[in-house]
Amino acid sequence: MNLFLQQLINGLNVGSIYALIAIGYTMVYGIIKLINFAHGEIMMFGAYFAFIAATSFHLPVWAVLLSSMVIMAIIGVAIEFVAYRPLRNAPRLSALITAIGVSLFLQNLALIIFKPDPKVMPKIFPETIYKLGEIEISSTTLITIGLSLFFMVLLDLYIRKTKQGRAMRAVSEDKDAAILMGINVNRTISLTFAVGSALGALGGVLYSVAYIQVYPTMGVMPGLKAFIAAVLGGIGIIPGAMLGGFIIGMVETMTKAYLSTTWADAIVFAILIIVLLFKPTGILGKNTREKV
Amino acid sequence: MDHIKKKAYLINTIAVVALYLVFFVLIQTKTMNNYFVGIAIMTCIMIIMAMSLNIVAGFLGEMALGHAGFMAIGAYASASFSMALIDSGLPLPQLVILILAMIVGGIVAGIFGFLIGTPTLRLRGDYLGIVTIGFSEIIRIFFINFGPTGGAAGLKGITRLVNFHNVYWVTIIVAFLIFTLGRSKQGRAIISIREDEIAAEAAGIPTTQYKVLAFSLAAFFAGVGGALYAHYQSFLEPSKFGFMFSIEMFVIVVLGGLGSITGSIISAIVLTVLPEMLRSFAEYRLLVYSLVLIIMMIFRPQGIFGRTEFSLTAFIESLIQRKNVKKSIGGGEAS
Repeated sequence: MNLFLQQLINGLNVGSIYALIAIGYTMVYGIIKLINFAHGEIMMFGAYFAFIAATSFHLPVWAVLLSSMVIMAIIGVAIEFVAYRPLRNAPRLSALITAIGVSLFLQNLALIIFKPDPKVMPKIFPETIYKLGEIEISSTTLITIGLSLFFMVLLDLYIRKTKQGRAMRAVSEDKDAAILMGINVNRTISLTFAVGSALGALGGVLYSVAYIQVYPTMGVMPGLKAFIAAVLGGIGIIPGAMLGGFIIGMVETMTKAYLSTTWADAIVFAILIIVLLFKPTGILGKNTREKV
Repeated sequence: MDHIKKKAYLINTIAVVALYLVFFVLIQTKTMNNYFVGIAIMTCIMIIMAMSLNIVAGFLGEMALGHAGFMAIGAYASASFSMALIDSGLPLPQLVILILAMIVGGIVAGIFGFLIGTPTLRLRGDYLGIVTIGFSEIIRIFFINFGPTGGAAGLKGITRLVNFHNVYWVTIIVAFLIFTLGRSKQGRAIISIREDEIAAEAAGIPTTQYKVLAFSLAAFFAGVGGALYAHYQSFLEPSKFGFMFSIEMFVIVVLGGLGSITGSIISAIVLTVLPEMLRSFAEYRLLVYSLVLIIMMIFRPQGIFGRTEFSLTAFIESLIQRKNVKKSIGGGEAS
């Protein structure tokens, strides 16, 4: 029972990170129908900037997180402007290949700038271990889960209550109608990339703190898993991404604890496939009827 | 067979044989050293992979991002088969063993294509893409954990049966088969699904059946490619068949033009040879590669050839015509 509770907390920890990264995928997909393969690399760069801010500039924790999020928001907007905007009316697969190109580019850029050897991420959060009976919870875990939940609630309020949030929902629902209603679509898309990239960067920092490492290819696997989380929850739906993230994190932790470490990824993929076969648009996805 | 078709076959056959002779001379005179022959063999294998992926991505128009999985199945199945066959001591010539191994690899991969395709092809677009990634990752993790084929350490001791000469002809045969598939009744049915699935269904085409057919055929040829790869490398490791390898093949197909077989061939040659040529830049190699990819997509999003095919006959005819035009202009001046 204790082991189970312990694993439950670990699952929440990993799941909240996946959820943060998945939100970026889902927001971008919702608004321009593009799988932003570069999102995993945005997360990686976010972790590197936090590493630099913490080791070279010795910034306080809040400044480390904020600087990494702001820089990545700017980079995210820049990527959209340079690589994706020219392709907005091109076939969707071309945009997808561009996204793959950007992802490869950023990965190799990181290899050249930061060199391939992994760096040790310093413990940026104050470290204390709380004991609840036999369960141990570190403050890092609590902060990770707390920060993720905080930003998710903030995002939800932003999307639902503010004018820009409403514009985002409008554009993702019907771009042409949104233009007719006087919404600045280009600015809204830029904003979506900024928000998504900032959350991705936060996810990257938390991931690197949890696994104590930063390296150029660190974005690939969590990126893929966050993407799976987004699809599992129903891609384009923000609460779906959060739910998917927590499910994937939980399944991964539980299989690693009780079944097998080597098969954990395969089981994650198998669950995705089974869910999609029964509910082809994801858990929270709506079935749209096809019109002829 | 009418006259024009006969002429086209003749011209293409001559071109294929001529190209082979050029390579034959280059290899015999050692102008092409082993390093370049190796690149040529890998290029041929990538051409087969790209063409087979084009059946699903180009003809059927679905996003399949798990092609490396089928290649892995074909590679492992054929390698296990050829190792068992050689162990059994049957006095078969190497070429026969290779052909049998390719058939086994292709059929096993095709069966898996059928099994995976049947349930998943009701999904569309990005959802299908992610499910195919999922299956290919599961296949890879299976081979990492599967003891009899060496597990994570890899499968060693596969007899090397592939050389440039047989891989070249296999590539030509596969290209011919896939090209004729595109022109056949089945191929046109598959293409009609890409254009408009509902209209195709209304026209009486059993869409599910043809989708599964396209998927299984693509898996079959991917298995053949995997068999060639296994018997060229003589060593297989599961990590080679990761997600990025599938993406690489997909990039080749999109860059060549979806649905264009000649486009796939040209693009496979460029994208296999280019990184090798850039080897002297070492660490900037993949940076350049990714930049080329982005720039190419921004300025030519439909790929090199779009949906059209490069036709040698039409090319030659246009050359002849240009000459005739020149002649007639010249004649006009003389009179």
